[in-house]
Amino acid sequence: MNKKKLKFDFWSIVTILIVAIFALFLIYPLLSLFISSFKDPRTEAFTLSNFTKFFEKKYYYQALINSFSVTSLVTLLSVLIGVPLAYLMTAFKIKGKGLIEILIIISMLSPPFIGAYSWVLLSGRSGVLTKFFAGLGINLPTIYGFGGILLVLTLKLFPYIYLYVSGALKKIDASLGEAAESLGCSGVKKVFTVIMPLILPTLLAGALLVFMNALADFGTPMLIGEGFNVMPVMIYSEFISEVGGQANFAAAMASIMVFVTSLLFVGQKYIVNRKSFTMSSLRPMKAKELKGFKSVAAHFFIYFIVFLAIIPQLTVMYTSFLKTRGAMFTKGFSFESYTKIFSRMGNAISNTYIYGLVAIAIIVMLGMFIAYLSIRRRNVFTGLIDTMTMFPYIIPGSVLGITLLLAFNKPPLVLSGTFGILVVAYVVRRLPYTLRSSAAILYQISPSMEEASISLGCSPLKTFFKVTAIMMLPGVFSGAILSWITIINELSASVILYTGNTKTMSVSIYTEVIRASYGTAAALSTILTLTTIASLLISFKISGKKEISI
Amino acid sequence: MSVSIFVNKVTKIYDQNVILKDLSLEVKNGEFFTLLGPSGCGKTTLLRMIAGFNTIEGGEISFDNKVINDIPAHKRNIGMVFQNYAIFPHLTVRQNVEYGLKLRKLPKAEIKTKVDEILKVTRIEEYQERLPERLSGGQQQRVALARAVVIHPDVLLMDEPLSNLDAKLRIEMRSAIREIQKKVGITTVYVTHDQEEALAVSDRIAVMKDGVIQQVGRPEQIYTRPVNTFVATFIGHSNLLKARIAVENKQTFLELGRDLRMAIDNLSDLVNYNMDVIAAVRPEEFTISDKGLRAKIKSRTFLGRYVNYELTLMEDLMVVPGTYLEVSQDLGLTEKLYNEGEEVCLEPCMRRINIFNEDGSHSLIRGVMVDE
Repeated sequence: MNKKKLKFDFWSIVTILIVAIFALFLIYPLLSLFISSFKDPRTEAFTLSNFTKFFEKKYYYQALINSFSVTSLVTLLSVLIGVPLAYLMTAFKIKGKGLIEILIIISMLSPPFIGAYSWVLLSGRSGVLTKFFAGLGINLPTIYGFGGILLVLTLKLFPYIYLYVSGALKKIDASLGEAAESLGCSGVKKVFTVIMPLILPTLLAGALLVFMNALADFGTPMLIGEGFNVMPVMIYSEFISEVGGQANFAAAMASIMVFVTSLLFVGQKYIVNRKSFTMSSLRPMKAKELKGFKSVAAHFFIYFIVFLAIIPQLTVMYTSFLKTRGAMFTKGFSFESYTKIFSRMGNAISNTYIYGLVAIAIIVMLGMFIAYLSIRRRNVFTGLIDTMTMFPYIIPGSVLGITLLLAFNKPPLVLSGTFGILVVAYVVRRLPYTLRSSAAILYQISPSMEEASISLGCSPLKTFFKVTAIMMLPGVFSGAILSWITIINELSASVILYTGNTKTMSVSIYTEVIRASYGTAAALSTILTLTTIASLLISFKISGKKEISI
Repeated sequence: MSVSIFVNKVTKIYDQNVILKDLSLEVKNGEFFTLLGPSGCGKTTLLRMIAGFNTIEGGEISFDNKVINDIPAHKRNIGMVFQNYAIFPHLTVRQNVEYGLKLRKLPKAEIKTKVDEILKVTRIEEYQERLPERLSGGQQQRVALARAVVIHPDVLLMDEPLSNLDAKLRIEMRSAIREIQKKVGITTVYVTHDQEEALAVSDRIAVMKDGVIQQVGRPEQIYTRPVNTFVATFIGHSNLLKARIAVENKQTFLELGRDLRMAIDNLSDLVNYNMDVIAAVRPEEFTISDKGLRAKIKSRTFLGRYVNYELTLMEDLMVVPGTYLEVSQDLGLTEKLYNEGEEVCLEPCMRRINIFNEDGSHSLIRGVMVDE
């Protein structure tokens, strides 16, 4: 049998299909974006003017500078909060540890813009805290602009650092710390000479992830940034505001974003690959009892941070039950906001779940097939697919929205305005979670398991469905949960791709907040948050672990 | 229906590396045939070519008269037992064993009879409703064997099936495997790097090195009359000593250094007189006596039934520099133990020792062949 002879079996067809899907929905739109960024809006001729315009006018390039300054500070603060939190939680006995971990995960996974919006409710111009402190004669610093973005994004993103670092800490064998102590090094010195160097690569990787997320975030700066322009907002408003003309300029800005995120992504890969300590702890660090003042201080720090992080969820849940008059909350409780959204925005709710389910079904199928192809059937084409699946990491949501819209708003394939384009966006953006977890579990399944089935007379294709796929399920599931949660909370691509009929919950929350209809926004957010929490709890229940892998 | 396997000049190439070249082999119907060799010798590669998991770049493999090169693995009707057993973790013991029968769409009643029978033969009846994760290594091994045998394969292939078990279980399982194989009478190809295991279970053994078959034969043949020094040292231990052939009055002698000169009469016609040769003497083929090679005891290891000595020869005859002479003393036949530092004389048993040419590539004993 000649190995190089191309056989048209099931897997060849799947490979070709997947390459075609990626080419159509990822490569073609991205190319259109780049090409469009080099085109003159009127003459369609090739030009660099879109780029020169960006770098010449302070109004534009200031957005890039703003993005970088706020993102860098967010990253720094997230590290300063996340690392001590992870260390305290791992090294010491903390009361309510299980609940705290779940709260941290919830604050990370709930919709990003909910943070911005509830901080506006709390300390915006007519916020509860603002009024309260004004009554005491204290003027709180404004929540709008730089400070607000910083606050909201930090509280939203420090959990990434926390999860990365505590994961690394759990892998440090207790004997390492004990070895340090036996050599006469303890306390703070031990932390800085032994523990910090061991977690540093992980920390750097986590920090870059936070940086990327903060840089690409659209909802937060849009709602709370006001005059403080950052790149995703600028791209969005340039793209939406003027009909036609500005699309090329928006495309140019999007290209710049993609360039920056690509650099960051490569940097992160480089660091992760060089994460050279492969540690496996037989005996993880044991949490010690803290006593006296130290214990009080540690508990206060942890509870305070987690409380700040979870405030947005509490606020929206509370306000969703308040009576409203127009944009204002009045005294007393009611289900008004809920009845309103069910009568007026019922289809936004059903849309969210339907699109989400369709997208997750496609993601699970693609994730399993791609994982299988790229691990078990390596060839040039599966390698190509492997590379293409990296792309979503470097394309911010709003940029993806624009590329899809530019590519599919004209024949031959018109998808704009349909729910299909939203599903495409979800699949492209959220596939990586499921793909990664599917690949991870497939590496743990011995190929001899499949060979055993084949030797017993089962064809390779049947074997995939009867043995491989079934054994992959737990891994696939853990990634799919993450894909699902991030799909229903997706805003930055949806807000560009939606139309009246294809509104989702996150888009509705956004538009309601813009219209200052806070009650309905809160009710919708509550539904979304509860769905997120329920999904998480189900996942914990099924996997038997209180962990997620990001 | 059991078959004979003919491997005819097969070649295996991985990334331009030739792993096997023009290798030929015949496994008889119903035979327990072992591929034995150090890791990397190509034995597993050959097994997987027979199974259909590796492609064949040249030559042919046939079951009876049917060439199977282009038949995909799942249509070859083979049973395979894997090194890690590859028991499906999501199926119970019974479901694992049923798996192949269900695919063959046998009637339910027949499946039940067959599974019941094989569960009994392999002695895993009582675990049949358990999931594999709750089985011990030996039990998993039995499930793997039952699953492979129950489909009545044409050939049974085993890839180092015992290497993950502890020493005691390994011995127990190898007799179980041997017993079940004989009971069902399936042509079996067994891969191992453990020479003791190979000697214990096989009807015939093929010793492999660097993708080349060194010798094929029954276990006792391979042990007593190895075809070259590789086989002599890989299967059991042999002391390799520099020696010479001399002739006097039409009588052939083996000279070991200055001390020893003994008549030998089973050499082949390849022998030239005054030729340098290698004498391979197993530890048990020496007797400690008052004449012969003079040596000093360096260390003694007491093993119960035997005592092993490491000795330094007064006149260094070792082919591999820096090695010591190994001699073992059967405690059933002797009572005197020697101490470290004592000087003794050693006499080899001329009927049993093997003589090889100077580079060790072939035997000079009459009648020893690569393939009997």
